[in-house]
Parts: sequence; C-alpha cells; structure tokens
Amino acid sequence: MLIKLHLGAVKRTRWHEYLTRFVLGGLITAMTGWLANRYGPVLGGLFLTFPAIFPASATLLEKHERAKKRNAGIASTIRGRLAAALEARGALLGAIGGMVFAALVWKLLPRTGLTATLILALASWLCVSSLLWYARKHHARLRSVFR
Amino acid sequence: MPEVEAATRAGAFAAAKEETMAQLVIRFLVGGAIVSAFALLGDLLHPKGFAGIFSAAPSVALATLTLTVASEGRGYAALEARSMLVAEVAFIAYAAACTYCLGTRHTRSAPTALLLLALWGAVAAALYTVVLR
Repeated sequence: MLIKLHLGAVKRTRWHEYLTRFVLGGLITAMTGWLANRYGPVLGGLFLTFPAIFPASATLLEKHERAKKRNAGIASTIRGRLAAALEARGALLGAIGGMVFAALVWKLLPRTGLTATLILALASWLCVSSLLWYARKHHARLRSVFR
Repeated sequence: MPEVEAATRAGAFAAAKEETMAQLVIRFLVGGAIVSAFALLGDLLHPKGFAGIFSAAPSVALATLTLTVASEGRGYAALEARSMLVAEVAFIAYAAACTYCLGTRHTRSAPTALLLLALWGAVAAALYTVVLR
C-alpha cells in the first residue's frame, strides 16, 4: 500500500481543533521545562514522551469517520474507533522508533552539535518506525507480535 | 551594607523568576508549534496505521531539548534524553492499551485516550523509581 498525502484533510479540521492541539502541546512542553527546572532533568525527561498528540488525534479521527458515515446514511458505526485503534498501533511503532531517537540524543549530544544530533535522531526515528510499520504490514509473524 | 546585598539578591531573584517566565512562554509557543506541525502531518498522511507513527513523534522532545541546550547545556539535555529512553516504555504500554481498548473492546476514543494517560503516568513513575532513581 502506498503512503499518500491527503491535503483535503486540512479542511476537515476546524480552527478550534488546531488551537486545542497548539495549547495542549505548548502546555506540556512548558510543564516539562518547569518540572526539569524544579526537580531536575531526570524527572523532567520522563515528560518528553507524554502522549501530547494521540488523544486529540484519535478523538478527531473517530469524530470525522462518524461524520463521514452519517453523511452516507449510516447512523451507528464503530469504524471511527477501529481507525483510532489503527492509529494507536502506529503510535506504538513510533514509540519504538522514539527509543532510538532518545538513545542517539543521549549518547551523541554531549560530543556532537545540537543540530546534527537532532537531524540524525529524527531521521533514525522516522526510518525505524517506518520500517517496523512496513515489516508488520508484510510479514505475518510480526503482525502477531504487534497485534 | 546588608541592605544593599539583600536588595541585590532580591533583584537577582526577580530577574531569574522573570527569565523563567519568559522561558516558559517561549517553551509554550515553540512546543505548541512543533506538536501542531507533527499532528497536522499525521492528519494528512494515509494509511492511518502509518500516520499513527506521527502520534508518537518526539515533538515535545524536539522543542524541549533545543531550548534546554540553549539554557542549561548539552550534558543536562543528554540526561533528559536518557530519561526519555526509559519513559518510551510507558508510551508503548499506553499505545498497546489504547490499541486493545479501541480495537477489541470498541470503547470511545476520547475517554479511552484520556483515562489511559493514568497508565502512562503509573508506568513512568514505576520506571523512575526502579530504573532512574
């Protein structure tokens, strides 16, 4: 299956939904900084993995899928919840990639420049997560692991 | 002279507090922008299983680490990254629980995703106590 970019999805999302994500993301980032300042980087660092995107994305996904089905004349559907479950499974793979991101930053940052470290770590996160997604999609044994 | 010292200390404290407030505002703006960008990318991508990867994007980490290096240095930010590595296990537990509840039990997305944040917190706290402390 090809990976596609659906630009039409921009119009589906309302301005207040974008605002909610912005405020949530901003609050979590500010809170992480405050916690690290007050209790040290070891505790503050835990919040770098706080699920800042998933709750809003899953809620919107279910809402949009339900609206699509309602427009098609289907009143009740679990399709939105199943789509959110798919998104959650993708997030699980993204979190495994996130471990690679964190390990690279931990080991490289004290010796290498910030920009180079972050670019390499981000590229590694995307590669590892995408490869896991691809492998899960095409190999039955992996599908049973990441059910 | 003690009055002068006290005034200097009070001035330094006020400046530090002001700087902290300014830093928090910058963190809020940068964090909000990066989280929104990754969330938007996740919205645009298809299939949804692949787009889900962007729900676990290190967006908060990118914003925080960049600003932390500027204010506290690279060693401090590396320590945060070490905690992040451990805390990803909490995110994996959270995502696995969401997958099960939404995909198998067909629970509603909003309460599921919000209530399971407690699971993320519990696993992160346990890891902090056992591994990092």
